[in-house]
Amino acid sequence: MAIRREENSLYGPDVLAYIQRAAEHGVYDIRGLGAKRRVPHFDDLVFLTASMSRYPLEGYRERCTTKTVLGTRHAKKPIELAIPITVAGMSFGALSARSKEAIGRAATAVGTSTTTGDGGMTPEERESSKTLVYQCLPSRYGFNPDDLRKADAIEVVVGQGAKPGGGGMLLGQKITERVAAMRTLPAGIDQRSACRHPDWTGPDDLAIKIVELREITDWQVPIYVKIGASRVFNDVKLAVKSGADVVVVDGMQGGTAATQQVFIEHAGIPTLPAVRQAVEALEEMGVYGEVQLVVSGGIRTGADVAKALALGADAVSIGQGVLMALGCNAPRPLDGGTHEDVSADYAKLGTEPGYCHHCQSGRCPVGVTTQDPSLELRLEPTEGARALRNYLNVLTMELTTLARACGKSNVHHLEREDLVALTVEAAAMAGVPLAGTSWIPGRRSSEPGGW
Amino acid sequence: MTVLDLEQLSVREINYALHHRDSMESVTLVNPGGAHNLAVGLDWPGEVEIRGHAGYFVGGMNKQATITVHGSVASSVAENMMSGLVRVRGNASQCAGASMHGGLLVVEGDAAARCGISLKGGDVVVGGRVGHASGFMAQAGRIVVCGDAGASLGDSLYEAVIYVGGGIKSLGADAQEEEMTEADVVVVRALLAKAGLAEDPARFRRVASARTLYHWNADAQQEY
Ligand code: SF4
Repeated sequence: MAIRREENSLYGPDVLAYIQRAAEHGVYDIRGLGAKRRVPHFDDLVFLTASMSRYPLEGYRERCTTKTVLGTRHAKKPIELAIPITVAGMSFGALSARSKEAIGRAATAVGTSTTTGDGGMTPEERESSKTLVYQCLPSRYGFNPDDLRKADAIEVVVGQGAKPGGGGMLLGQKITERVAAMRTLPAGIDQRSACRHPDWTGPDDLAIKIVELREITDWQVPIYVKIGASRVFNDVKLAVKSGADVVVVDGMQGGTAATQQVFIEHAGIPTLPAVRQAVEALEEMGVYGEVQLVVSGGIRTGADVAKALALGADAVSIGQGVLMALGCNAPRPLDGGTHEDVSADYAKLGTEPGYCHHCQSGRCPVGVTTQDPSLELRLEPTEGARALRNYLNVLTMELTTLARACGKSNVHHLEREDLVALTVEAAAMAGVPLAGTSWIPGRRSSEPGGW
Repeated sequence: MTVLDLEQLSVREINYALHHRDSMESVTLVNPGGAHNLAVGLDWPGEVEIRGHAGYFVGGMNKQATITVHGSVASSVAENMMSGLVRVRGNASQCAGASMHGGLLVVEGDAAARCGISLKGGDVVVGGRVGHASGFMAQAGRIVVCGDAGASLGDSLYEAVIYVGGGIKSLGADAQEEEMTEADVVVVRALLAKAGLAEDPARFRRVASARTLYHWNADAQQEY
């Protein structure tokens, strides 16, 4: 009899594998990186570059400013960056010290900032980074006043796009003696990072906490508040009310070192609507321009950066793209010359280059997210710094290319009016018209763009 | 002795003066009026007396200094203290000693919920009772409670140890009562002496982690 293969859209191969795995092992999946499923994103927007009604600037020749200043609201020393592209917080522990050093060197070379992560500040990181943002996380691992005073800005992390409302996990295989000592925990145990701050519980408390951080640092440095995108409109307003100089909004595509898959794919909202809601919140409070907005979660290309800025962000922050520039998911590591093919090590993780998301394992085949002394050597900091510098430069060149084509001599002059959407979903989420129409879905007929 | 008056100076001016002190060996703050963030971020081996009630975060991130509050305090006294001594003559609201890394916090009265939460070192001694979820996720250091402890004591404890003189309403996840050894009695005696509290160390009970949460689903043999 002929075999019939009727496709089942509800119980496809992925779902079947998931159920079989759950049944066999009784555990859920924990993995690294961010949401993989398709959600409306910056790719669904395009620029209306100059033609008859606008006047473009000349390609790569005419000046187009990328200077970015963050933290002008209260701090005596706001952060001045050469470009609006920053490096997101990633912990020493999740990343090796060599990765952190490579990131610091590249960021310094292109004039932007890096960010610490859960686990505190390493000397390598401080030395290699000209501008370093120090995170104040719920876990407070390694958090101390000396490093606080060494920081150029402080970021109070309320949540992360990959897991808004969730804490962190660092599995035992990555907790070496050094990582354990920085976190005041026994080596080798699976380690839970708290999901709530220990010393404040709501926005009224946070307002006092922020003043405490300002008092300790004599009001010198800016204070960012980072939220994972869920109820963005209200959360941004509360962050502003709490006294933030800068609000960082991380969409659901934002990465993580190790989080439950169910969280990564099913919690939070995409970056696209998150930017729009954040901008609307700032506008409604009358602080747009006074409180800066940094957006993260799936920023990969210069076009993504340009679109985020056009929608109203002051800067973007990149995590996964940075790891990929350092060799994540490439067949060969940036080890400075040996260039061995490490596909066999991907295979040991049950994957291959291009599909890896096993940062949680501590067995990163390219040495980026590992604490293993031999794997760590697969990332040579000078090579890593060179590659990341190139990547950040390309993003910047693409950003200015698009800005010039829109007739802007400053990337911060990109505006919502420069964008249209290719899909109805993206138009509704980003609040820009569907291409070829003046329709913004969701707007009332009395509002601009409403039908 | 230098006297700084909260009715004359702002919190910011006072902290600035404390951070950039010349040779002030001891400083007295008068009329605190429950102000938040008093004497935060100090890094100097002097003494600060606060004559009255203080608000949130008093003594936050302290290093070296000896800070005494002659009154009660609001949330998160001595949060993230690194070293030194913070003493509260009255009661403390919630999260006293949150995430402390070192030093000694003494609350002579009661402390509310989440006392010693996320503790990473150092010692907390409470003369009276503590509220619920005290010692939550505490990683290292010691908490001594002379009175009763509220519900869910030591929930998700790591390596910190809690000693309780009174009753325990309930233990939190992964916390267990363990036998008091001679060494424990010595520890409690020394901490009570440091805190200046006349209690009998022999009557205390020891609560520590059962360590069943140290590995996320150990049955899975790390196959995640
Ligand atoms: S290659 Fe390394 S950094 Fe990239 S996903 Fe795999 S483990 Fe993570």
